[in-house]
Amino acid sequence: MSETLLIDRRWIARGAERASTARFLLWLAPWVFLLLLGIYAAGLCLYYGLNQTNMDNRFAFGMWIFADLAIIAMGAGAFFTGFLVYILKQEDLKPVLNSAVVVGLTCYSGAVAVLMVDVGQPLRAWFTFWYPNTHSMLTEVTFCISCYLLVLVLEYIPVLLRNRQLHKIPSFLVFEHQFHKLVPVLAGVGAFLSFFHQGSLGGLYGVLRGRPFAYRQGFAIWPSTFFLFVLSAVAVGPSFLMLVTAAAEKVTGRRLVQPSVFRKLGFISGVLLAVYVAAKAIDTYVWLNITSPAVGFGPWDFYSYKPFSSGLLFAAIVPLGLLPALLLIMPFTARKRGWLLCGAALACGGVLLNRFVLTVQTLALPTLSFDEFLQYTPSWQEVATFGGVIAYGVIVYSLSYRYLPLFESSKGADKNVSLD
Amino acid sequence: MNARYGMVIDLDRCTGCGACMMACAAENNVPPAMPSATYRTGITPMLVRKLSNGKNGADSREAFIPITCMQCEHETPCVAVCPQQAVELDKSTGIVMQIPQRCLGCRYCMTACPYHARYFNWWDPQWPAGMEKSLNPGVSVRMRGVVEKCNLCHSRYHSASEKAAAAGKTEIDPADYIPACVEACPTGAILFGNLADEHDPVSTAADSPDSFRLLERIGTEPKIHYKTTQSWIRSLADRNSDRRTEAQHV
Repeated sequence: MSETLLIDRRWIARGAERASTARFLLWLAPWVFLLLLGIYAAGLCLYYGLNQTNMDNRFAFGMWIFADLAIIAMGAGAFFTGFLVYILKQEDLKPVLNSAVVVGLTCYSGAVAVLMVDVGQPLRAWFTFWYPNTHSMLTEVTFCISCYLLVLVLEYIPVLLRNRQLHKIPSFLVFEHQFHKLVPVLAGVGAFLSFFHQGSLGGLYGVLRGRPFAYRQGFAIWPSTFFLFVLSAVAVGPSFLMLVTAAAEKVTGRRLVQPSVFRKLGFISGVLLAVYVAAKAIDTYVWLNITSPAVGFGPWDFYSYKPFSSGLLFAAIVPLGLLPALLLIMPFTARKRGWLLCGAALACGGVLLNRFVLTVQTLALPTLSFDEFLQYTPSWQEVATFGGVIAYGVIVYSLSYRYLPLFESSKGADKNVSLD
Repeated sequence: MNARYGMVIDLDRCTGCGACMMACAAENNVPPAMPSATYRTGITPMLVRKLSNGKNGADSREAFIPITCMQCEHETPCVAVCPQQAVELDKSTGIVMQIPQRCLGCRYCMTACPYHARYFNWWDPQWPAGMEKSLNPGVSVRMRGVVEKCNLCHSRYHSASEKAAAAGKTEIDPADYIPACVEACPTGAILFGNLADEHDPVSTAADSPDSFRLLERIGTEPKIHYKTTQSWIRSLADRNSDRRTEAQHV
């Protein structure tokens, strides 16, 4: 790329090949538009209230909660990759570590931003820290998501400070060098916090005694959904990381990591997904035959309403659970990039479906016998706010890729990248 | 002794007139619904719903069932889930209290409630000019973005407590504490009282074979009971309640 076309070349790592500034801005333009639209929609909700949404007293949670649960599951790759690299010493995954941190940071910060719009009184968010109800899963979610977001910001700082210009500042250089020693500790703390955070998001619905479709028995204070959410998040996190990296490779036209890294991420994802599918199948059997009938709901009461038939349950376990697990594990398919990415996409789809079922289907189903099945369609403000979060993620990731060494450790990948 | 205030609502007497809903709204300063509000976004701490046996012609039967907060006694779903203690079960009265001033508006409690008896303030409360003079000074209005629900007209309980204290008594006179819906019901379908007092008529009515509770098997021990002698209502509304009592009707 001609240097004259790189107006921002001073900020790009020496030797790194990047698109021209104009092309980069062109790439950003639609995402910036989407982000601005999202900010406008969120502003309407904050100014006029949640009457701008299509949520109501019966569908008190809507698209935003589904989106939160989904993107936080996808962001699990951040804490899990850090755990694999720093705690389990899987050094060969280091090339995707910085990328994982950025993915995690955007997912978590985006989710928190949506939550702030989703609550009726966002200025009272600090009440949860001041008057915490220790019995509430939402308290656990709030504490863990806040702390883990802080950890992600701290993990992002060393990546940020390796920018070509920031790296020239001696104090930043010293700080980054010293701070780097803390990163393994942060990875451990992050893994602990995120474990409970992912779990408590599952527990959020699992403890709902009044919603037999979601209610589960469990271990100690945690329903089975607590553990299933942790398992599914760590299973799908590496898969999502693979998809993001593959998308980045497609957009940039460069090989960013070695195929062996993909295969390793895929294998880890596949094995964990297989364990998750087995646990989910057992949980479903116990729920349909014991937990649910005990409170007066027959096994198939929940699946008699279209379009939420038992086909959804089957889809979540077999084509979007067992099948991607096999695609990711079997050497024959795992060796081929196409099958590997297909497996990763199906795995992500399965977890998205699981989050959708637990959030939306739970509220759509009637609990009182004389009640009717409910429908809900998000308003444009809800969709635009969610779109804004997606755009925010793409923009932050794009900027990070352009100006920070996201894949620098990958041997032979994004080659000739060096810092001053 | 701690009280356990509750109700027994006689569905055979309920005509569906809606007087209880009106009285509830007036007593608790519920603002008029916004033009764009629907039955799913309005605020109706007492909501009369229609039941139908689903048949046509001469076999068709209809009845009405007032739905309000069931004042769950055991593992109260909304109390357990609120992240900032804006909902609490008052052990001295058995009333499930909502503190709007502390509510975050997360609506987790609404998701947790199996009876759909909790309401979110989707709009800023507004009254037509002049109507604000009719507001009940004993009940604070709720702002946009918080959840509210029936609290068994707790302001009336306060008034009764103050009256008792002024007279040097420790217990309130039952005649001084009657929720607005109970007072307004023209057919006397709603019986209110202390379920912990075995001599209270409400206790006797709650123990009647004709009485039942909604979703009883979920195990939240609601303190709002219903009563009917019509088997089709029992089979419809009582699908999940204790089968032993249902058997007595057959």
